[in-house]
Order: sequence, then structure tokens, then C-alpha cells
Amino acid sequence: MSRSNELYQQVILDHNKNPRNYRTIPDAALVCEGHNPLCGDHITVYANVDANGTLADLSFQGNGCAISKASASMMTAYLKGKTLAQVREIFTEFHDMVRGEFDPRSRENHLGKLTLFEGVKEYSSRIKCASLAWHALMGALEKKPSATTEG
Amino acid sequence: MANPSDASSPGIAPADRAASIPAFHPGLDIKRDFPVLNREFGGQPLRYLDSAATTQKPLSVIVAMNTFYMESYGTVRRGVYRLSEKATAAYEGTRRKVAALINAASEREIIYTSGTTQSINLVAYSYGRKFLKPGDEIILSQIEHHANIVPWQIIGEMTGAVIKVIPVDDTGTLMLEEYKKLLGERTRIVAVNHISNALGTINPVKEIIRLAHLSGPGGRGAVVLIDGAQSIAHMAVDVRDLDADFYAFSGHKMFGPTGVGILYGKLALLESMPPYQGGGDMIMKVTFEKTTYQASPHRFEAGTPPIVEVLGLGAAVDYLNKVGLDRIAAHEHALLEYGTAVLKEVPGLRLIGTAAHKGSILSFTLDGVHPHDIGTLLDEDGIAIRAGHHCAQPTMDRFGVPATARASLGPYNDASDLDALAKGLRRIGEMFR
Repeated sequence: MSRSNELYQQVILDHNKNPRNYRTIPDAALVCEGHNPLCGDHITVYANVDANGTLADLSFQGNGCAISKASASMMTAYLKGKTLAQVREIFTEFHDMVRGEFDPRSRENHLGKLTLFEGVKEYSSRIKCASLAWHALMGALEKKPSATTEG
Repeated sequence: MANPSDASSPGIAPADRAASIPAFHPGLDIKRDFPVLNREFGGQPLRYLDSAATTQKPLSVIVAMNTFYMESYGTVRRGVYRLSEKATAAYEGTRRKVAALINAASEREIIYTSGTTQSINLVAYSYGRKFLKPGDEIILSQIEHHANIVPWQIIGEMTGAVIKVIPVDDTGTLMLEEYKKLLGERTRIVAVNHISNALGTINPVKEIIRLAHLSGPGGRGAVVLIDGAQSIAHMAVDVRDLDADFYAFSGHKMFGPTGVGILYGKLALLESMPPYQGGGDMIMKVTFEKTTYQASPHRFEAGTPPIVEVLGLGAAVDYLNKVGLDRIAAHEHALLEYGTAVLKEVPGLRLIGTAAHKGSILSFTLDGVHPHDIGTLLDEDGIAIRAGHHCAQPTMDRFGVPATARASLGPYNDASDLDALAKGLRRIGEMFR
């Protein structure tokens, strides 16, 4: 398979075209807008955490490339219902994987089908696309109004 | 390409082409002068369509720089030994070549900078800080590169001068009637590009300058800076015919190396300006009580300059003269017309920037596909384009897009590059459908 076909797999193209949880949450307690200053793309993440410390609802809206949009879509679908501790653990694994610092085959992990984004590590200019929504989510959990991929 | 009928290419078969697409004339056939363009990337020929970002370098420039390092390298304007004297002669020789290229009245009007960005900053900090007063007006266009916006905003904040913007219409053409309304007693500086890097629009700079010179305090004339980054290697530029007060450009966009650029300024203006940076080689005499400065251009060239890069720029000017700017302009114009026709046939493609007078830049969007995805996927076909806001976010805002994909041409491109681009875009469009 060619380099970019590995990146633009059917699942990613599908999430780009039909993004899951692509909506606002009007009463969201946590909202954070993520910016990628390199390309001007921005994605806003909305989240509500319940009394048990679980992500009860998670959604996003915004402008971005297929990689950033599919990553946001899959992130919201994957993390809904997870505890905040699990979310932070998955964020670290995902972030390390797309930067090429963690090989998901090297040990047991919690990434599941998010490993589809591993191919991003081959494109230094696109790593920030894949992590944009994730940075926004982390910003939201820290109650920051905005986050950037430059942090 | 051997002849016009042989416009065949790995792209679209001629039969698939719309009748509106013109047959293409033989190219300049200079690709062989550029070593990197003769390499393969991932088993494919490189199709370089990002000359607006930076041009590739001909062998003559590369060899001139290497040879200089190996045989003649020494400092300039400081050493009394022969090596330095030879280096100084070559270094100052580039100044004469550049002056001739743009028809400057004197080589003292040619200042070496690090590039267009520094050239504009030099004028903003030196001229702007000295002459701008609160309430004075700086006129920019809506389609400027950030390098011709941000320095003026910084100087505006320092001096109290305010920025006015010439709008563009839906084709990306400056609205001259609106410009005339902006000109007045308070206009002190007009700064516009010759060719827009994001859209390709060729601006009527001669008329813009003429009108600016009739305005200003007491009608004595506002000063005009032209950002020539996108024009200098693509059309003949005559600063005296234009009557430009300042003209800025970069070496690396005209087949020369990075790290060197030019600021042209009318001598009387340059002599009225204080230094931009202090340091070695820009002084007459230094004491701790008082320092007096050199005349232009050395007043503006503090510190050891990019000696070898200046040498390389001289070789690049020689190369431009050898190929001929009129031939380059004609070739690129024909390619632009061909490319425009070919891209219009791609389903879902929207050209951004359709002015009547355009340089060889094709900016576009493709329905349902983000420009960055286009860029990554075209790379698979060996095609290098730029995707993003092109350091021109106000231009993107004007056209309601966050980013565009941009194919920009050089004299080494030919019709097969554009056929390959169109073919790749069709493939990507289908992939995302």
C-alpha cells in the first residue's frame, strides 16, 4: 500500500465525510477551541462530565482537513463513557503514537481502532492535524477556553 | 515538448480534453539546468509547482557558490589582502547587476537585506518611524502577504499612524475607485504587492504609484513601496518607469539562494533615513559620545553580510538575463492559460483569483477536500504544491475560505506538469466522493 493510502484509509475518509458527534452541546460545562496556527484550522470541543468523573457527552465542530476531522470524530466516539483517568491515559498513548514515540504493537494499550492514525507519524506536517481535537479536549478538561497544537 | 501538437503527457489523453483547452507551445526547455528537477521522488519525476514559495536553483548558481567557497572566499570591505579585495569586487559586482536588472539609477540605491521581509521592515522601521505622525495613514491592499501587513501594524502602534485597506472585487482585482477615495492629505505611505502571492493578481502598480504621488500632505506625494517578491523573476521590472520609491524582493524566489534579498530605494529617500540596525561597516566614526554613519547603501548593511549568497544572487541575475525575462513571462502566461483551462474541467474545482491580469499562480479549492489533504495526496504523484493560507489570512477571509491549494509556476514547468496536476485532482475528488 502506498504511503498516503495507508493514511487515508476508508474509515478515515468515512469519518471525514460523516463525522460522528458533529454538533454543539448547548449546556456543555466544558468548551475549548483548538487552533492550529500553521494552517488556521480550528476545532471546538464540547464536553460534560458526570458526578462519577465519566465523560457523559462529547462533541465537536469546526473546520479542518480529513485527518483532523476524522481524528476528532473517532475521538468523540471512542472516549464517550470513559473515565477522566482513562481519557488522559489514552491521550498520552495517542499523542506519543502519532509523534512516532510509541509503537502500539510494542505493548498492550488502550488505543483500539485509533491505531488507524499511526501512519500520521510519517508526515511531520500532519501530526498536528491528528492531534488538534485532542489538544482541545485536554484544554476543555483543564477549563481553558482555547488550546493550540503549539503547546 | 517537441511541437504544439505533441501536448501528450502522462496526464489526460488529448481526446479527453475539452475543446476550450489551447494546444501548448514548445516550452523553454530549461529543466535540465536544474539538478533537483531531474531527480525522481519515489520512482516518479518531480513536478515542482511551488515556485511562489521558493524557486529551484540552476546549476550555474550552485556552482558559483561552491566555487567561491573553494577558491576565493574571504570577507568583504574589511580585508586588505587580495582574497578580500577579490571577494569585495565580486560582492559589489552583484549590486551593479541588480541595479541593471531593475533599471535603478545608481547602485547606491541597491541595499542587501536578508529577503523581502527584512526589506519591508527596514522601510517601516527606518522611514516609517522617522516620518509617521499620529493620524497619518498607511494604505495597504486587502491581498497583501503578512510581511507587508504586520510591519506596518507594528509601526502604526509605535507612531499612531493608522492603516487603510484597498478592497478587491470577487475576481481578486483591486478596486481602484476605492483606492482613490482612500488617498488624501494624511496618506504618507502606500504599500502593495506587484503580484499577489495568494491569488496571482498583477496589480496596476504604475497607476497606484502615480495616484499616490499626487496625494499626501499638500499634494507633495505619499511614498510607495512595492512588494516585488512574486514579480521579480516572472516579468521585466523597471523601477524608474514605475517611479517606485521602494521595491523589495528576495533572492530565493529568483533562482538565487535563501538569506539574501534586495531593497531598492530612491537615493534621496534613502539619504533621509536613519540606520535600521547598528553595527560594523555602517559607520563613518564611532566614539562613545557620538557616531556618524556611512552613506547609502552601507548605512543599512550592518555586520558581515551574506557574502556567498550575494555572489549566488549575482549568478541568478546572470541566469535570468540569459533565459530572458520576456521569454519567461510569455512562457508562464501561456502555461497559466493552459492550466486555467485544464483545472476548470476538474469536477468541484473552484479557482480563487480570476483577475484579468494574472501572474502564473493558480489558487483553488476542491469541493469536500481540505487543501492540506490535496497537498499530501498530490505528493504521492510526485507533485509539490502549497496548501494553506499562504501567509495571507485577510485574503482568505475575503474569499470566505480557510485555506486554498496553490500551484505556482516557474519557467521550468511545462504542460505535462499541469496535466499531471489535473489528473491527480480528479483522483482525489473521486476518493473523497
